[in-house]
Amino acid sequence: MAADMRLPVIRKPVSLIVSTDRRDLVVPGDVITSDTGFMRGHGTYVDEEKLTASVAGEVQRVDKLICVRPLKTRFNGEVGDVVVGRITEVQQKRWKVETNSRLDSVLLLSSVNLPGGELRRRSAEDELTMREYLQEGDLISAEVQSVFSDGALSLHTRSLKYGKLGQGVLVQLSPSLIKRQKSHFHNLPCGASIILGNNGFVWLYPTPGQQEEEAGGFYTSHEPVSLSDREVISRLRNCLLALAAHKVLLFDTSVLYCYESSLQHQVKDVLKPEVMEEIVMLTQQKLLEQEG
Amino acid sequence: MAGLELLSDQGYRIDGRKATELRKVQARMGVFAQADGSAYLEQGNTKALAVVYGPHEMRGSRSRTLHDRAVINCQYSMATFSTAERKRRPHGDRKSTEMSLHLKQTFEAAVMTQLYPRSQIDIYVKILQSDGGNYSVCVNAATLAVIDAGIPMRDYVCACTVGFVDETPLADLCYAEEGGGVSSLALALLPRGGQIALLQMDARLHQDHLETLMEAAMTACKGVSKVLDEVVRQHLQEVSVLTGE
Repeated sequence: MAADMRLPVIRKPVSLIVSTDRRDLVVPGDVITSDTGFMRGHGTYVDEEKLTASVAGEVQRVDKLICVRPLKTRFNGEVGDVVVGRITEVQQKRWKVETNSRLDSVLLLSSVNLPGGELRRRSAEDELTMREYLQEGDLISAEVQSVFSDGALSLHTRSLKYGKLGQGVLVQLSPSLIKRQKSHFHNLPCGASIILGNNGFVWLYPTPGQQEEEAGGFYTSHEPVSLSDREVISRLRNCLLALAAHKVLLFDTSVLYCYESSLQHQVKDVLKPEVMEEIVMLTQQKLLEQEG
Repeated sequence: MAGLELLSDQGYRIDGRKATELRKVQARMGVFAQADGSAYLEQGNTKALAVVYGPHEMRGSRSRTLHDRAVINCQYSMATFSTAERKRRPHGDRKSTEMSLHLKQTFEAAVMTQLYPRSQIDIYVKILQSDGGNYSVCVNAATLAVIDAGIPMRDYVCACTVGFVDETPLADLCYAEEGGGVSSLALALLPRGGQIALLQMDARLHQDHLETLMEAAMTACKGVSKVLDEVVRQHLQEVSVLTGE
């Protein structure tokens, strides 16, 4: 087997070339303002009547409200966010879901579509057979329905696009890299589909042939996936990792451009640092051209 | 006392530093992709790696859950190859357990745990090479890791050990000095406000000298904080250029 070896080299990230001095960056303990007319937002606290930063990041000001947004955090869910998560626990009337959030999210039995139609009543039997629908370790896609007072999220899968995930690849990235968009479900023209969860979990799966309507999102196909589809998915996964390594925002266009730029390399080569650099550079160029 | 001369007549220490001089501090943030926050810090020849996970749902015993704030869970360990004599077990012995507790206390004072009720924050620190001042290096490394994880803190926590020799306080002791029968003191400080997060001394010292020793420790901590500040700002600058538009 051929092994690939390299010596340690200092690599500058691609976009560091345009280095500018930023004034709005603060570190914990920095006084943002000693003016008392401002409101205290996330990432700040008041110390001796001075508004002080408690995290390292950039200051955001909306009218009188001052927040500091850290560069990297766990997922802070908002209502309507699309998430991909893993079931960690089956409890009475609810599932616990790990979504890279501060606390495990909750999926109530009453907020899923059970097989047999929208208006079905949830009986005691349903509670007993919960594990048949979703068990520990299953992956699901869902939407944030509400946020509890302690910050935990309540999810729902009351749409046919949400539900249990079948065959595919999960890529775990930082939530701050996902661009908020109208739709987070995409059927990419390269032959695979992608769910860009707002929580940084990205799900890559073969584009389903026809949408089965009656399944209610609990039954997953176990048909073998063709080699070509698997290759496309692996390439997409490596592209995502490359984009994440260079901190490029992820949305359908950037992923697709990166995929196109990577086509001249073998799938496994995409993970090599110099190849990563090259394709990310190409992707950024294409994105800039498209912007105009 | 041992035959070693810790402070020469010219005012130099065994490794050639002045009495108040710190060792060279080098650090890097965000060394691991999988963890929420991570940092690597070298202070002279002492090297430490800190990793932070959280805040996340309580794992293990649910009974430790606090309903008004987050639980901080620290684990201190030393690599088996970190000392001159190979260690048998990397963690779990008395000394490491005590150190873990000290770290926990230090970070409970600095991290704003009340923002994350019912969650848990894990801080794991590993000494890769030990050359004195293990506690302080761990605190400094863990501070950077906590900042990297985006967890709110009141301020940096900076720590430093100081010793007292020939009526002179020595800042940032190395292993040879720590072993030389010096009465030493470890101090963790929130430098901007000047609040003390942890103060530890288990040697004899005359009461009159405590004040000067504390003063020296605080100056040393502030020196460390300047270096850490530079590291954090540098890191911020680099990452924000990438993500910013």
